[in-house]
Amino acid sequence: MLVCAFLVVPVVLSVLAGLSQNFFVGVKSGLTLRWVAQVWSLYSGTIFLSLALALECLAATLVLGVPIAYVLARRPGRMARLFEELLVLPVAVPGLATALALILLYGEWRGFRASSLFILVGHVVFTLPFMVRSVLAVMAAMDLVTLEEAAASLGAGFFKRFFGVIVPNARYGILAGALMVVTLSVGEFNITWMLHTPLTKTIPVGLADAYASLRLEIGSAYTIVFFVMIVPLLVVMQWLSRERAPVLAGRK
Amino acid sequence: MSAKGRPEREFRPLGGSEVREPAGPPQGQTPECEARTSSVKPRAWGDHNDAASVRLAHCAKTFPDGTRALLPLDLEIQAGETVVFLGPSGCGKTTLLRIIAGLAQPDAGGRVFFGDDDVTARPIERRNVGMVFQSYALFPNMTVAENIAYGLRVRGIRADERRQQSARLLDMMRLAGLGDRRVDQLSGGQRQRVALARALAVRPRVLLLDEPLTALDAKLRESLRVGIDRLLRSLGITAVYVTHDQAEAMALGDRVAVMSHGRVEQIGAPQDIYYRPASAFVADFIGTMNRVSGERDGPSLRFPGGTLRLPDHAVAADHAMFRPQDARIVEPGAGALTGRVAAAFFLGSMTRVVVDLPGEQTIVVDTVERRSFVNGDAIGVDIDPDALVILES
Repeated sequence: MLVCAFLVVPVVLSVLAGLSQNFFVGVKSGLTLRWVAQVWSLYSGTIFLSLALALECLAATLVLGVPIAYVLARRPGRMARLFEELLVLPVAVPGLATALALILLYGEWRGFRASSLFILVGHVVFTLPFMVRSVLAVMAAMDLVTLEEAAASLGAGFFKRFFGVIVPNARYGILAGALMVVTLSVGEFNITWMLHTPLTKTIPVGLADAYASLRLEIGSAYTIVFFVMIVPLLVVMQWLSRERAPVLAGRK
Repeated sequence: MSAKGRPEREFRPLGGSEVREPAGPPQGQTPECEARTSSVKPRAWGDHNDAASVRLAHCAKTFPDGTRALLPLDLEIQAGETVVFLGPSGCGKTTLLRIIAGLAQPDAGGRVFFGDDDVTARPIERRNVGMVFQSYALFPNMTVAENIAYGLRVRGIRADERRQQSARLLDMMRLAGLGDRRVDQLSGGQRQRVALARALAVRPRVLLLDEPLTALDAKLRESLRVGIDRLLRSLGITAVYVTHDQAEAMALGDRVAVMSHGRVEQIGAPQDIYYRPASAFVADFIGTMNRVSGERDGPSLRFPGGTLRLPDHAVAADHAMFRPQDARIVEPGAGALTGRVAAAFFLGSMTRVVVDLPGEQTIVVDTVERRSFVNGDAIGVDIDPDALVILES
């Protein structure tokens, strides 16, 4: 019930607000897609930027995260643990602090500061630990060393082993991590808000902007757009986490 | 080259068609197509010309923490021979196998040769070995057939040839029809056979088996042991087998190397190891061995429980050892030893009698006699002098 009160009701209300002619009059005023259309015309740029950022972020975390997870899985030890903790730090530290640190360090580089690349860096820093942890969990569950030795005994060099045996067997971890990264990247506000410029706004930043400066209905319509994007991702994630359970259980 | 004294070693079609059948392309197929697609002409699995001898020269292994896992060792394994390394855990047998495989490097100065080929510097992927792991290490992301063909795929062999080859191996391993299964749908014994097939698919110069049966239950272990024995013999492949199970070692090895604390205590035919142990460790580790000690009285050993006539070569020995089955139970006073029954265990095929000798010595005697023993009964034990084992210290 509480979950309903605090989660579902506001969402429903928000969606209704975005679709009604006049929020203060209520749904009685009639339903319209006008606000949604307005959101699209005003903020479609933020949507595409968000998606592009999410995909770039995904690519970066894949390229960085999977090898990091592999190294951590291959060499468990105190240094590895320490490194893992360090990776998680950006999640524990408030996003504002991370963003401030980035600005302090790189704010002088004007071109970099003004580009969306700057936000990307923030997102990668924030999402990388989720990718690493997710992949590492799966790699730790399989007998990585012996699998690799088996592949090597059959003549496979490192790259064949890595891409032919290790990556395919870690695919559930990689997929779960990938969805996590995309979802987090699309929804990330704290860091992005600090790092954005008027020309590099993402969906959540645009949302804050809309609520702050425009009609409530537009802000609410914006929420609808956001939901439409994020809910399918969440559903796939749920489905995946259910799917992989029997696979892991069946493995000895 | 065949190991001496094991005529079964010569190639023969074991299990009827099981081995012979996949020897060549079926008659119906177009031979020119076969010749064109195959970079390596399919040969009989029984005709394993690639088998190489293995020579270890001064191989030792010290772990980074200073532990000596393996003391310097020189050893030659002949082509086509099966050598079993047997020992308790931590004796260095697995380290030795890993050095041969190329998964571990010997300490500086050690060299590994396959035939005349110095492979010391080569990593495992360039040694052309086949390896079977204790945990099988099958790839969960591949089907059974893909697992078997993996080594061929890595070598760039064409898909149709890979399929043929893995079908042949599936047949040979009695896995026909399971090629499309996922690995986690197989039983333990089937997984073990897939692991073996995968290792053999690449026609390795040396087959390395690291406790391949340990993960299985006793009954399955025995039947697979027979299967592996037939396979190794029919293929004539050089095989190195590591185990802590002496029954496995005895059954499979042309030679058995008993290891302890990083050293090969004795290497020889199973019969040698069993009947003529070279050290107290080997004597105790393999099977059950009785040991009685006493005082020398000329050619005999005298102790409270009786007198044993020692063989002539036992010059200075103050003890004698014998196997439980080499002792005979006789009337009290009639044998060399006299004692009392401390316990008797009927084991089905035999009865194991524990006999207390006067003076705190206990021996174990196996008998197939159909009689029952009462604890505390006086009993005589006789031992054939030829069966006595004497270790000159």
